[in-house]
Amino acid sequence: MTDSSFAHLKNLPKARQLAGGTPMCAGCGGLQVLHQVLDILGENTVLINAAGCMTLLANYPYTPLRGSWLYTAMASAPAGAQGVRDALDILLERGLPKEQDLTVVVLSGDGAAGGIGLSAASAAIERGLDFIYLVYDNEGYGNTGQQQSASTPHGARTATCRDLRRWKKDLFAIWTAHLPTYAATLIGCEPLDLARKVEKAATMKGPRLLLALAPCPTGWDFDPAETTEIGRLAVRSGIWPLKEYADGRVTHTRAPHDRLPVEDYLSRQGRFRHLFEPQRDAVQLGEIQAAVDTYWNEIRDY
Amino acid sequence: MTRHLLSGNAAAAWGARLARADYVPAFPITPQTEIIETLAGWIESGAMPGRLTLLESEHSMLTAACAAAVTGVRVFTATSSQGLLYALEMIYAAPGLRAPFVLVNVSRGVQTPVTLEPDHTDVLAARDSGFLQLHCATCQEVLDSILIAYRLAEHPDIRLPVLVNLDGFYLSFTREPVLLPSVEQTARFLPPFAPEHLRFRADQPVAEGAAVLGSAAYSYFRYQSHLAALAALPAFEAICAEFDTVFGRSYSIVEAYRMEDADNVFLMIGSFATKAKVAVDRLRDAGRRVGLLRPRLTRPWPEAGLQRWLLGRRTVMVVDQNLSMGKGGVLATELASSLYGRPDAPRLLSFIGGLGGRDIGVEEFHEMAAIAQRSADTGATPPPRLLYTADELREVRKLQAIAHNAPRRAGEPS
Repeated sequence: MTDSSFAHLKNLPKARQLAGGTPMCAGCGGLQVLHQVLDILGENTVLINAAGCMTLLANYPYTPLRGSWLYTAMASAPAGAQGVRDALDILLERGLPKEQDLTVVVLSGDGAAGGIGLSAASAAIERGLDFIYLVYDNEGYGNTGQQQSASTPHGARTATCRDLRRWKKDLFAIWTAHLPTYAATLIGCEPLDLARKVEKAATMKGPRLLLALAPCPTGWDFDPAETTEIGRLAVRSGIWPLKEYADGRVTHTRAPHDRLPVEDYLSRQGRFRHLFEPQRDAVQLGEIQAAVDTYWNEIRDY
Repeated sequence: MTRHLLSGNAAAAWGARLARADYVPAFPITPQTEIIETLAGWIESGAMPGRLTLLESEHSMLTAACAAAVTGVRVFTATSSQGLLYALEMIYAAPGLRAPFVLVNVSRGVQTPVTLEPDHTDVLAARDSGFLQLHCATCQEVLDSILIAYRLAEHPDIRLPVLVNLDGFYLSFTREPVLLPSVEQTARFLPPFAPEHLRFRADQPVAEGAAVLGSAAYSYFRYQSHLAALAALPAFEAICAEFDTVFGRSYSIVEAYRMEDADNVFLMIGSFATKAKVAVDRLRDAGRRVGLLRPRLTRPWPEAGLQRWLLGRRTVMVVDQNLSMGKGGVLATELASSLYGRPDAPRLLSFIGGLGGRDIGVEEFHEMAAIAQRSADTGATPPPRLLYTADELREVRKLQAIAHNAPRRAGEPS
């Protein structure tokens, strides 16, 4: 993480790429990430959207974006990115001025990224498609009322399960197994870490994953004012490791040496209330804590 | 123009090449694969400029086709059967994007049971999508229809994707003499793609495929696509007149064969109509006043043209190579809606034939004509009928006997 132009918060871009007044929920952690990412990438972007919460961003005749937008479908946003990238490359070869080129960015929720759209993403990486894949991971099908997705964490209540007994799908590991150019986890409450990663990704070519945990007040059941605090607890408890993959190596960019108990993170969210009320579920809480501890005990890069 | 012996698939590939398609998103499926293999070979060798990207599914292939078309390049793609069904979400999405590209479908029956052989159930699943549909009967028509399809798709009053259909095996793998126009001659008919507002560019940001809230905008845009599809009827005639000037071949919206004084008229789409032509000749030789209509367009549906040809005739025999379970033949249903309430409408007889590649013999055309004549004479319309012979039933009974009387495994109750 050297050579970043973002040493301090004051270095972050002042110009805003995303206008206010979008139809996203108050306190949307995904929107927090999107605005920070776009501020770094700039306006010469085309977002290729997979069906999800963010599909409502471009609502005829309004768009909050300075750049362009193409809605595709839930399963095939990476293929849409392929079509746009290929077409732009054809036009560039034919003389389209380089300054007219666009960075192609897929914008997907976790439901599409880890489930119905996984095949299209896998194939796009395999083809070496030059694109950024931005995932806002709110750990469920948020737009339809937070049903369980492949990203829903152990112990969570969703609209379709009272207490999920299986582990979150590791999309970061799935991506890095494909040997992409770059992959990173992000969170909106760590704007410097985020800015440095997006800046780095922007200088590269090829498939690049930006996987952001997106605290979701409506889906996770917390007050919209607490989005940033919930995010901080996710990082400080170690449940959301901030890391990046480049040149075949994974590096952790924020290492919470004095990790807070995961309970501090879980107890703030209604979706985990059943682990604390009417009585404390010490077994489940222990399992979740153990999984986090095991993860960090196996990490050697910090 | 030079004459070559080409399969329907090769003619389709030549259509894409002569149309100077910039981009070919592709995925293999029988019986279409030869088209994308041919294009891949040409693009790799440099014989054809452009780019071919192999996607991981037809759904992704259609997504890439839409995305590239709205970015402003000329797109060609092809599929069949299950592939068309797999892509159906994006086939319905493309027309609303007003993305003008050409999709060739090489017709093949759909599962279950799975088959490789042709009928039209696949392509008719796209009937209500907003794609325009052109149906071909010969290899020459495949090539020509692709060139015409680009003119239709890119027409400023239309701006819709076009599906060009040819029958698997019967046309895809049958070689026929095809006149290949030169690049220069083709360019006179088909100018370069003018994408106009269809473009993603840094200096002109645009949102494509935006959501709408509320039915007023939804109804408006859906109906706009409908009106655009209807505009393809006069446009097709104008484009085909130009085609005739440049290439010396003329195409009408509805091909009419020996329709002069015909009392009883066959109506079919696709390559099997060429079988009907032979039958019509034989029936005419035998003194029967029969004719044949073959709509080249099924979307838009050439209602006025069909009325013009059919009102005042005694019967129309619709031979559907498709089956809408619980209803019957799709074309018969469509045609009925065009004739309803017209006092001079012919009696409509519905036949289902050619499912899963089943041939339709000349004697069956004779039988249909005889049934039609009886109906005309008695004033009674027979119920829809499946073309199926006693021999075919015997063959299936044999298969069933094998399936049901397989030797039992040891220990199984008898």
